[in-house]
Amino acid sequence: MQRIGVFICWCGSNIAATVDVKRVAETIKSEPGVVFAENYQYMCSENGQQLIKQAIREHNLTGIVVGACSPRMHEVTFRKAAEEAGLNPYMVEIANIREHCSWIHKDMEEATEKAVILVRTAIAKVKLNAPLTAGESPVTKRALVIGGGIAGIQAALDIAEAGFKVDIVEKNATIGGRMAQLDKTFPTLDCSACILTPKMVDCAQHENIDILSYSEVEDVKGFVGNFHVKIRRKARYVDETKCTGCKLCMEKCPSKKGLNEFNMNLNTRTAIHIPFAQAIPNVAVIDSTQCLKFKTGKCGICQKFCEVGAIDFTQQDTFVERQYGAIVVATGFKPIALDNFNEFGYADNKDVITSLELERLMNAAGPTNGVLLRPSDGQHPHVVTFIQCVGSRDTSGCGKPYCSKICCMYTAKHAMMIREKYPDTEVHVFYIDVRTPGKNYDEFHRRAVEQYGVDYIKGMVGKVYNENGKLMVQGANLIDNEQVTIESDLVVLATAIEPEPSVRKVATLLTASIDTNNFLTESHAKLRPVESPTAGVYLAGVCQGPKDIPETVSQASACAAKVIGLLVKDKLKTNPCVAMPDEMMCNGCSQCANVCAYGAITYLDKEFRIGGGKTEIRRVASVNPAVCQGCGACTVTCPSGAMDLKGFSSKQIMSEVDAICKK
Amino acid sequence: MKEVETKMLERAKELLESGEVARVVGWKKGEFCYDPSPATFESVEELKDFTYDWFCGANLSKYLIQISKKEGKTAVFLKPCDTYSFNQLVKEHRIKRENIHVIAVECRGKFDIEKIKAKGISFVTGAQLDGTQVKVSTLYGEETLEKSDVVLTKCATCNKDYQVQDEAIILHERTKKDVDRFAEVAKLEAMTEEERFAFWREQLSKCIRCNACRNVCPACSCVKCVFDNPASEISAKVNSDKFEEQLFHIIRAFHVAGRCTDCGECSRVCPQHIPLHLLNRKFIKDIDNFYGEYQAGETAEGKTPLTSYTEGDTEPNDVFKGEAK
Repeated sequence: MQRIGVFICWCGSNIAATVDVKRVAETIKSEPGVVFAENYQYMCSENGQQLIKQAIREHNLTGIVVGACSPRMHEVTFRKAAEEAGLNPYMVEIANIREHCSWIHKDMEEATEKAVILVRTAIAKVKLNAPLTAGESPVTKRALVIGGGIAGIQAALDIAEAGFKVDIVEKNATIGGRMAQLDKTFPTLDCSACILTPKMVDCAQHENIDILSYSEVEDVKGFVGNFHVKIRRKARYVDETKCTGCKLCMEKCPSKKGLNEFNMNLNTRTAIHIPFAQAIPNVAVIDSTQCLKFKTGKCGICQKFCEVGAIDFTQQDTFVERQYGAIVVATGFKPIALDNFNEFGYADNKDVITSLELERLMNAAGPTNGVLLRPSDGQHPHVVTFIQCVGSRDTSGCGKPYCSKICCMYTAKHAMMIREKYPDTEVHVFYIDVRTPGKNYDEFHRRAVEQYGVDYIKGMVGKVYNENGKLMVQGANLIDNEQVTIESDLVVLATAIEPEPSVRKVATLLTASIDTNNFLTESHAKLRPVESPTAGVYLAGVCQGPKDIPETVSQASACAAKVIGLLVKDKLKTNPCVAMPDEMMCNGCSQCANVCAYGAITYLDKEFRIGGGKTEIRRVASVNPAVCQGCGACTVTCPSGAMDLKGFSSKQIMSEVDAICKK
Repeated sequence: MKEVETKMLERAKELLESGEVARVVGWKKGEFCYDPSPATFESVEELKDFTYDWFCGANLSKYLIQISKKEGKTAVFLKPCDTYSFNQLVKEHRIKRENIHVIAVECRGKFDIEKIKAKGISFVTGAQLDGTQVKVSTLYGEETLEKSDVVLTKCATCNKDYQVQDEAIILHERTKKDVDRFAEVAKLEAMTEEERFAFWREQLSKCIRCNACRNVCPACSCVKCVFDNPASEISAKVNSDKFEEQLFHIIRAFHVAGRCTDCGECSRVCPQHIPLHLLNRKFIKDIDNFYGEYQAGETAEGKTPLTSYTEGDTEPNDVFKGEAK
């Protein structure tokens, strides 16, 4: 006979203010199988857990239901408590009467009724629970970092410093990412390259770090502690082991008209090139879409001049396959495309540029050698107008609904730098709000206004148009309540940022969840901000949400701490809620194996009795419980219902549905 | 058709006599000219009942699940639509391909006796194609009908080709039809939700749960069907009110989605004339739409759209909204 105990938590007033917790406990007492029901202010507290343990012992409970917050919060807590009292931890079910009930209802009567139903549902399930035991799996002591920007670099360095091997997979020819493109960094105005490149060099020289540049993650199998990753090493047509980075090939290359991505396409580069002076690895790459050898079959000049014979036009993409214990995603961002913002005239006027383009225009290694010249005619601009929130905080659907977070600060930086270098330049900034929380951030912005005399205008710009070679910026000044038109030489758009689009593929490969804006979702917004809900996958940098360099670096180091914490373990407890086929019903059709993201399903030929003293050989599915992650994809795919999930069997789920529908 | 039958019979005899195959799967004569049924012939003597005519509409592929387990090789005559089911079953490891010798046979569409009877013609003793017309002989003389009025529903829109064959007996080439097999589905899609619900309720309430659709369907070949399995938690609900109307056929359509080759057997065998194939075709149309053109059974290997992921797949949200990429 089942002996179920029910524990209803008040969660202070979180639940108790909307749900009559005493009535829930009273009502539930009369449910068949329930021998004990109690309510308490904080079930997760030491005292609350004590109450559970005591009841398990005193009433000889065979299963318990805790009506409380989401199982994401405290399922582990209550399982541990049950285990300490001698009950199998998988005989615990959580009825979520907070997120699913009290928080979303206002009417107490209604919420109480629903809470009773939710608890009843959990009781129906726990009655069909079976004790489960977790197994163990080994941990591969190597980490993978996807993305070689400042986030990936920092995470890799910290993990490597702790003594674990790390591979950085970077899709571009060099690591460094967006930070390498920046000129100065706020709020200290130190040179971006000066602080980034030493870290890049550290990566290259660290014995524990392997940089796989010009490479992409192609396939991921396995699970926490045991990821099996296939990496595509794209053909760069230059032998990485031979190239010395002497740049002779770049001098000789006759195809010089390729757009220079590193300089935001503001100038050109040769077909064979090293992206920038401090590139790591300092190895050339050939753009095969531009190279004359690939286009016409003639040329090959670089090959003739290369003293070490590093050029190889026959190079093909190759694949490396490696095992990892943990994966850090640090895929970064890009500025959004401005196709939806014709009002700013970006496509029509060369002198309307994005902030990232301005970074390159002001950088000593940029197309103008650091002299601020307007792209159209190479003249000094005398009036520069900045427009903030281009595509950020946009609810019209043209841009992004979120705040890109970094634009207020970098616009203040740009404005200040221009006023500093070219004091005769007039600088205007149109803004909705100036948001500068952070250490020394508001001081920085105030300096721009007070010390450098940057003209901040509260209001949005409606239109930028060209009149007699001048850019007319027409906007509102909300403080003075008037329309203003500013005759400008250069207009800079503080363009919203969005996650690098390739993150979608990465997220899919990792089965990591992603939100509507393509930002990777963290496990808990406050308490587990660097962990993805997929075990063993960690998030660093803008792929998780807009953030600046200091925040990115902090998050990357936090990721590293989490990874190190995982990799020092020799064994991990596996989830016992795994799939299990009923061989008698299995058709052997392979559909479950096709959908299994972990490669946990194989097939066996087994002999079955078919009556009349006869047997037949049938092909049946077999699940490797050490590999199965209990996602349940196979159970819903199986046409005959032969596949079932321990702890979440079809029978349990159907009984839950029945309990909800019961009047 | 007679010449084709003669050739088939000759070949069947040859194969059985030489011992190349242990059995031949084809059709045998029924009580009337219009009710031949699938049959296994294990000796030359048994072949006296062999037939292949305008009424041999049945799909033989599903029988091979059991037969291919038997010792020795089996020869089977497959029409174009049957070859898709065959491939799909090989793909799902249900038919042992190495045990089967596939003989592709000519098919220019099969006749539906129900449609002939619906024209007021009874006591049918035979039917022959004559150009675009069908000459139906009866006890009371001969009647002439348009072919398009007489072919099975599944044949009316069929443009299928042989997807697998070890040899072929094809004497007349078929002409491709200029028809859209999704036209009926499009009509249903154009209805309002209420109209569509009313349509299906009317159709599905005719169901008598004879299970003929399930039993004939090559995709419905589970060792144990969920509807017969007490542990599935569905079987108990099967007996509830309006189950056929609201659940049975819809669950079945979901179970065969992505695997249904559109062989049309479900509608052919339904004694209540429910257009069950339209449910499956809606799924096929949606899969084409959301995940790219896909025909189940075209090959016996490769990935299927519902059990694999590609970057080009329509986002789940858009699938719910019914918007293709």
